[in-house]
Amino acid sequence: MTADPRGGVRGAAADSADRAGGREDARAPGEDPGCARPERTGPARQLLRAQGIAVAYPSGQPVLQDVTFELTAGERIAVLGPNGGGKTTLFRALLGELRPAAGTLELPARCASVPQTERSRLDYPVSALDVVLMGTLPNRAWWRRPSRADRAAAQAALARVALTEHADDTYGELSGGQRQRVLIARALVQNTQVLLLDEPFSGLDTASATRLEALLQTLAGEGRGILMATHDLEQARGWDRVLCLNGSQIAFGVPAPTLTHDVLAATYGGAIVTLPDPDGTAPHQAILPPHHHHHDHAPG
Amino acid sequence: MSVLHTLTDPFSQTLMQRALLEVLLLAAVGGTLGCWIVLGGLSYGAESLAHGMFPGLVLAALAGVPLLLGGAAGILAAALAVALAARVGQDRIARDDAIAVAVTTLFGAGALLALSPDVPVGIQGLLFGDVLGTSRADLLAGSALVALVLLALLLGHQRLLAVGFDRDGARALGVAPVAVDALLLTLLALAVLVAVQGLGNLLVVAVLVAPAAAARLLARRLVPMMALAVLLGALAGVGGLYLSYYARIAAGASIAGLLVATWLLARLVARASSIRKGSAVRTS
Repeated sequence: MTADPRGGVRGAAADSADRAGGREDARAPGEDPGCARPERTGPARQLLRAQGIAVAYPSGQPVLQDVTFELTAGERIAVLGPNGGGKTTLFRALLGELRPAAGTLELPARCASVPQTERSRLDYPVSALDVVLMGTLPNRAWWRRPSRADRAAAQAALARVALTEHADDTYGELSGGQRQRVLIARALVQNTQVLLLDEPFSGLDTASATRLEALLQTLAGEGRGILMATHDLEQARGWDRVLCLNGSQIAFGVPAPTLTHDVLAATYGGAIVTLPDPDGTAPHQAILPPHHHHHDHAPG
Repeated sequence: MSVLHTLTDPFSQTLMQRALLEVLLLAAVGGTLGCWIVLGGLSYGAESLAHGMFPGLVLAALAGVPLLLGGAAGILAAALAVALAARVGQDRIARDDAIAVAVTTLFGAGALLALSPDVPVGIQGLLFGDVLGTSRADLLAGSALVALVLLALLLGHQRLLAVGFDRDGARALGVAPVAVDALLLTLLALAVLVAVQGLGNLLVVAVLVAPAAAARLLARRLVPMMALAVLLGALAGVGGLYLSYYARIAAGASIAGLLVATWLLARLVARASSIRKGSAVRTS
């Protein structure tokens, strides 16, 4: 990857100038937007920084534009947005699958991704340990088989998510929460500082969700940065910062002042509903679950 | 006649010894690669490639060049036709229809060529194989190709596993699913090329699909599944040779028949086992 000549951390004045003027205009012709390693900046170590990035698929208009945020060690950021709003596209850019068409992305050598469990095959003849071992692929030459050290690392990662006793169980026979934790163990074994989670709480029962939330809190407490795509506004309010996307960045900041009605309306459009607060003091907003948008009506 | 004699007598002839080695080679490649074909939902693709290569085989027979060469050219043409046909349809059914039309056209063209008066006798060998006609050169070429396929499967195992399990997740792990697909299809083409000599154009798919499909019903992990598939393929292959020898029926058809019987038997065993497990759960 080519490093951006202006890579590294820049002052807030330059940032706001870029935001106002648009990154594409600020870029010299022929300049290659790319990725550079972050610099250490004092106590709150920065893990990732996006500066006015736009991401497009190989052919076509940018799916996501003008995204500026940073993730520091120990921080949990909830990424909010409607389906097709750019959450997955942002993750693909952070994983290096898509190159930013504009702007600067500074990130560690690799981010680890925790995909939705629905995307993996439940009928596959693999154990939980087999799945976690897949996480050793990026750190291994293509012709090498998993070493003893890889197996030990995979076992340790399973222990981190409290699934040691399920190491030999078939992945498809685990519960939804356990499968999610196996995929987190697969991300942990990659030994990266940034975890990207794609709606990890969808379909989990309350007990599994509580357990997963505690696990993510612990992982962040160890200095990892976590970005989580979610549709759960209430959960997002409990995280450190929120990043609202809908084709472009709507807002980024601490949840309470950021998640205003206007921001939510811009993020989700008409999918916002206002719910009475349980104690009757103030109403708050929630979004309709995504499947409500794509409901198929049976004929007749 | 003693049991030992019954078992060893067929293999006293060189012809049968070579056939035995050939079916063991086919079991090795069919059992291992077959597991990836079955898990990847590529059974139809395997059959399409095998049938689509028919004109290449017939042309090789007409021109008097080695079948391996004609088969390779035929597979390339079939792969191209299947790839082009797959672009026609918008959804899976339309794609499958287009592929079926392309493959049938190729197979029909092969049949048309095969009916020409210039074709040497033994055209049925192309359709149904001639495992008893395996030559020393066939065995050597087959062994080399099988070794190549097994080596590639060994080296690519983890990547094949990751892509089959979750394509998007594999991409995030730095594995290119398209490259893994290309590897699998190339290996499939090589395996078809090896197997078509023994089992023929029509029966080749049996050895690539049936043992793996049977093993999938009985094994819970991939490596045991592969081992079981190789074993079942070898048993059906050797059993088919005995059947052919003693019942005096075509070897290729005997082997293919036993491969299918193996799958049916595996279904029965898997069903009985799930019923037993179910009743164990109910009574516990």
